[in-house]
Amino acid sequence: MNVLLTFLHQAILQGIAILFGATGEIMTEKSGNLNLGIPGIMYMGGIAGLMGAFFYEKGAEQPGVVPGVLISLLWCAVASALGGLIYAFLTVTLRANQNVVGLALTTFGTGFGNFFGGSISKIAGGVGQISVKTTASGFQATIPILSDIPVIGRLLFGYGFLTCCALIIAAAATWLLVRTRVGLHLVAVGESPATADAAGINVNRYKYVATISGAVIAGFGGLYFVMEYLGGTWANNGFGDRGWLAVALVILALWSPAKAIWGSFVFGALYIIYIYIPGVSRAMQELLKMLPYVVTILVLIMTSRRNRPEDQPPASLGLSYFREER
Amino acid sequence: MHENAIELRNVTKRFGEVTANDHVSLTLRRGEILSILGENGSGKTTLMNMLSGIYFPDEGEIFVNGRKVTIRSPHDAFELGIGMIHQHFKLISILTAAQNIILGQKGPAKLDMRQITGDINALTSRYGFDLDPNKKIYDMSVSEKQTVEIVKVIYRGADILILDEPTAVLTPQEIEKLFYVLRRMREDGKSVIIITHKLNEVMEISDRVAVLRKGQYIGTVETKDTTEEKLTEMMVGEHITLDIQRADPASTHRCLEMRGVTVRNREGFKVLDDISFIARTGEILGIAGISGSGQKELLESIAGLQHVESGQILYDAPSGAVEELTQKTPKQIYDMRIRLSFVPEDRLGMGLVGSMDLTGNMMVRSYKQGRGFFADRKQPEKLATEIVDKLEVATPSVHTPVRNLSGGNVQKVLVGREIASAPRVLMVAYPVRGLDINSAFAIYRLLNQQKEQGAAVLCVGEDLDVLIQLCDRILVLSEGRVAGIVDARTTTKEELGYMMTSGHVAAGRVVNSAQAGQAASGSSPSDEAQSESGKEAR
Repeated sequence: MNVLLTFLHQAILQGIAILFGATGEIMTEKSGNLNLGIPGIMYMGGIAGLMGAFFYEKGAEQPGVVPGVLISLLWCAVASALGGLIYAFLTVTLRANQNVVGLALTTFGTGFGNFFGGSISKIAGGVGQISVKTTASGFQATIPILSDIPVIGRLLFGYGFLTCCALIIAAAATWLLVRTRVGLHLVAVGESPATADAAGINVNRYKYVATISGAVIAGFGGLYFVMEYLGGTWANNGFGDRGWLAVALVILALWSPAKAIWGSFVFGALYIIYIYIPGVSRAMQELLKMLPYVVTILVLIMTSRRNRPEDQPPASLGLSYFREER
Repeated sequence: MHENAIELRNVTKRFGEVTANDHVSLTLRRGEILSILGENGSGKTTLMNMLSGIYFPDEGEIFVNGRKVTIRSPHDAFELGIGMIHQHFKLISILTAAQNIILGQKGPAKLDMRQITGDINALTSRYGFDLDPNKKIYDMSVSEKQTVEIVKVIYRGADILILDEPTAVLTPQEIEKLFYVLRRMREDGKSVIIITHKLNEVMEISDRVAVLRKGQYIGTVETKDTTEEKLTEMMVGEHITLDIQRADPASTHRCLEMRGVTVRNREGFKVLDDISFIARTGEILGIAGISGSGQKELLESIAGLQHVESGQILYDAPSGAVEELTQKTPKQIYDMRIRLSFVPEDRLGMGLVGSMDLTGNMMVRSYKQGRGFFADRKQPEKLATEIVDKLEVATPSVHTPVRNLSGGNVQKVLVGREIASAPRVLMVAYPVRGLDINSAFAIYRLLNQQKEQGAAVLCVGEDLDVLIQLCDRILVLSEGRVAGIVDARTTTKEELGYMMTSGHVAAGRVVNSAQAGQAASGSSPSDEAQSESGKEAR
């Protein structure tokens, strides 16, 4: 029983980073931009937030929790927005190939993370020496009384504020897409930019805003991982392939952030299930880690057989739009 | 309000060397339906695109409601109350009709779909549209999509509507519905411009007709004072007869037969469902139906391009032997020395290679001939030259890439090549789509010539008037099934339209069609098979 509760708790802890990434990627893809740079952007967001907190705690005489949290959130948002801006500028304005730009951005972002991670490790005095205790405590703080309820308290409430944010952002994004004019226009841009353009919608603006805000949301996933999950430290490539899981989750969730919430829990559980199965060999562990991708492929097969138009990716996904020469 | 909704004065538009509109002056009155008539390339669409803000005129002035205006973008046109419904719909298929209609509109951030659908319903009932605002576009027929486009434009407050060939994709019944709505709009004081090249529709719907020829404005006439012949003369610039010379079928006997052919598409949906019919030599068999009813798959399964799930396709060789074409590849059919020619709907996709010249395109059919390793270019070049001379193809030389030719000339090259092999079975899909009147009649003459030379001609068409005049019998497809086969000499457009939509022959007509088939075919041995297959098809 206890093991099961811990497993579920850990699954959700794992899932939240993926949920941030998937929500950000869904908003981006809804505008027709297939941003494969999301894994890199999550690295950028994570390391930037950590650096902000690190320099703040190093510089301030009495570092406070609230300023530390705010500074790291701000640094994270700026760095990920920059990643999104690079992508949007190259693909929307310069109409570069989306796949190439995205993959390059992931390579860049991972390197960016590892480079600065290594740099501040050096300043801190060696690998694993980075510590932003004060700020991390802010990220890790749980609701006092509720999370102390026996048995279910930790499973239901044993999370920091970013977890709550992830759920709210995913729900709000769904509401935006389904119920509002802006959402309708965003869907139109992703489905058929020419139609949206003819209807007087500023296609490029929607693509920029969706890509940059999507990048910021995804970046928070990186920050969540560094601050809440790791407790404010850095390990090179520590984030692993969670970014790619986020991209896969977009497909599993059929481009709906609300469905991504449940999907992220499933992915989180599948991702760590090898720890909870006794007696699996090292090789078997690696195979078990593939489960989320296997599930994604199964979902792809199922949806392609059902062939419901609403479950398909945005029709213009991956294509650059330019108004033909008048 | 000014009596003229729109007035164009000396509007000129050039594209490089080509003058698309040369000093065109035209007025559209308030509350009238004006047809703009002209052959392909006469500048109709260019002119309208200047009103809808897609092109900007090089010279001339535009007045809307008596006020001089500059229209720089679709947005400007929209502000002036001008709405254009293009031939290619701009709709988002996963959204509902209502969502498409309000797309891009300003309003409260949160959508109140109940109120929006209420507004749309009020609008549609006022003009007599038939539209469910909550239906998704991907569930809609072409006619419903067109309705969404029109409602969209009116919802945005347009009182001048421009429709670019709106009837090209509709059945006669749907055209009636559209005309009914247009008349209601006219009564409501809206002005409508309708671009078309179907003369009977011009006569039926419009108050006045403006005629363009080669970019020049020829004149505007009151519809009630004119006739189809006079309009044609204005349009073409010379007197031409509009009758297709149809000879009675001679020496008909069974040539090709389909027995219960069923074909599924990739999604597993039956695109052809138990199709049975007989095509005879010396006869043109027309194939009618709403677009996408299986016409393409029917021809392609004969040509060996579709996987036939069940049923048989049989070919009667001149020697008397019956050969089976089911599941044969195009190459196998070629190797069997069956002279089968196919002019597909997608000319530059399936019929010709756009980037190759005329000679090269001739070789696409004959590349296997010739000796040894090297290809023979002499014969194909001779053939290309012949086609250019005989069919009056306008091309600088036979070495011009086909892509650079106009639609009509591309079609002539393709039909010319296919006819050159003296086919015994000739299949053509929409042979005159996009062609001007002269080229269209040239193609009709060629088809009749092939028929008289004893070929079995299968012709998929969209213009029912033409099918009735050109064909001997007409097979009507409806959702992949044979709705019936009728005699073209006794059928009516209304009957065909009814069969296209309902999927069966009107009561009391079945016997007639079988008899007509017999009468036309004389005493050929295939009569029984024909009437049987007619029954099966029902």
